[in-house]
Amino acid sequence: MSYRVHVRVVPRAGLLDPQGQAVEHALSALGFTETSDVRIGRAIELTLDAASREDAEARARRMCEKLLANPVTEDYMLEVEG
Amino acid sequence: MLRVAVVRFPGSNCDLDTLRSARRVGTEAYFVWHRDTDLGGADVVLLPGGFSYGDYLRSGAIARFSPIMAAVRRHALEGGPVLGICNGFQILCEAGLLPGAMMRNARLTFVSRPVYLMVEQTDTAFTSAYEPGAVIRLPVAHGDGRFVAAPEVLRQIEAERRVVVRYVSPAGPAVGDDNPNGSLNDIAGICNAAGNIVGLMPHPDRAADPALGNTDGMGFFSSMLAWSPAPKGAR
Repeated sequence: MSYRVHVRVVPRAGLLDPQGQAVEHALSALGFTETSDVRIGRAIELTLDAASREDAEARARRMCEKLLANPVTEDYMLEVEG
Repeated sequence: MLRVAVVRFPGSNCDLDTLRSARRVGTEAYFVWHRDTDLGGADVVLLPGGFSYGDYLRSGAIARFSPIMAAVRRHALEGGPVLGICNGFQILCEAGLLPGAMMRNARLTFVSRPVYLMVEQTDTAFTSAYEPGAVIRLPVAHGDGRFVAAPEVLRQIEAERRVVVRYVSPAGPAVGDDNPNGSLNDIAGICNAAGNIVGLMPHPDRAADPALGNTDGMGFFSSMLAWSPAPKGAR
C-alpha cells in the first residue's frame, strides 16, 4: 500500500522563535491584534510504501527522529493519509 | 609532520582559508572530499565553514550523512582531534558529536562582523596556545548561530567547563548586543568532555594570516601541534 505522509515540524515550545515573533508583529500591525504565540516551522510531505497504516506511521516516525526534525530544537506531528 | 584533513562538502566555502591556516603553522594539510570514506591517515580533522548542501532542511543536517562522516566519527570517538568551524560546528552538533544545536539568529539577520570572545577552556586540542581568560577578536559570518541546548544539557556543559569560547564585550565580559546571535549563555564554542572535539561559530580561519591584520585565530591551529590527550578521567 502507498501512503501519503504529512509531517509538520515546529520549534520546540519555550525556545525563542524570532520568525514567529516577526510575523506576529506584522499581523498585529495589520490589525490582527487577537493573534498570539505564532510559531513558524516547516511542512514535509512524502509518499511511502508500507504493509499497513501503522507500519507507515512507524517508518515516518523513524524518519522524523533520524533526520526530518532535530530532537534538540524541534517537535513534529505526523498525519498518515490513505 | 602533523597530517591534517580538511573535509570539503558541496557548499563548503572556507575550505581554502582553513587549509592555508593549518599549513601556515607547519602542518601537512590536505583536502578530503565528502564522498571519500578514508581520512588518509589524518592526525587531525577540520570541518570548515560554508553552506554544505545549501543548508537544506537545517544547517549541517545533510552533511552529517556524507560518506566521510563515518570516518570522522570514528576518528573523533577514538580521541582524534576534530575542529568544526561555523558550518562545521553545526555538522558536529547534528552528528551528535557535540551537544546542542544552532537555530536562526535571534534578530533574524545574517551577521558578518568581528566579535570578541573570551577563551575559557584552554585544555583542548585547539585552544592550548591561549592563556585562560584571554579576550580575542574573530569574525563571525552566519545566519543560524544561536546555540541552544536543553536546560540540563546546558547545566552539564557549564559544570564540566566545556564552554571553550564565549561572546564578550570588547573590554571583557558585559556582553548584551555583543552576543551576535542570542546564543544561550553567550556560548560561541564548546568541546566534548575529553577536549579533542571542539566546535565554534566564529572563524579563526579568517584571522590567522598576518596579511589580514589579525592573527587572533592562529592559536586554534598552532594548538594542534601541542595536543596530547590526557589519560581517561584525568580532566
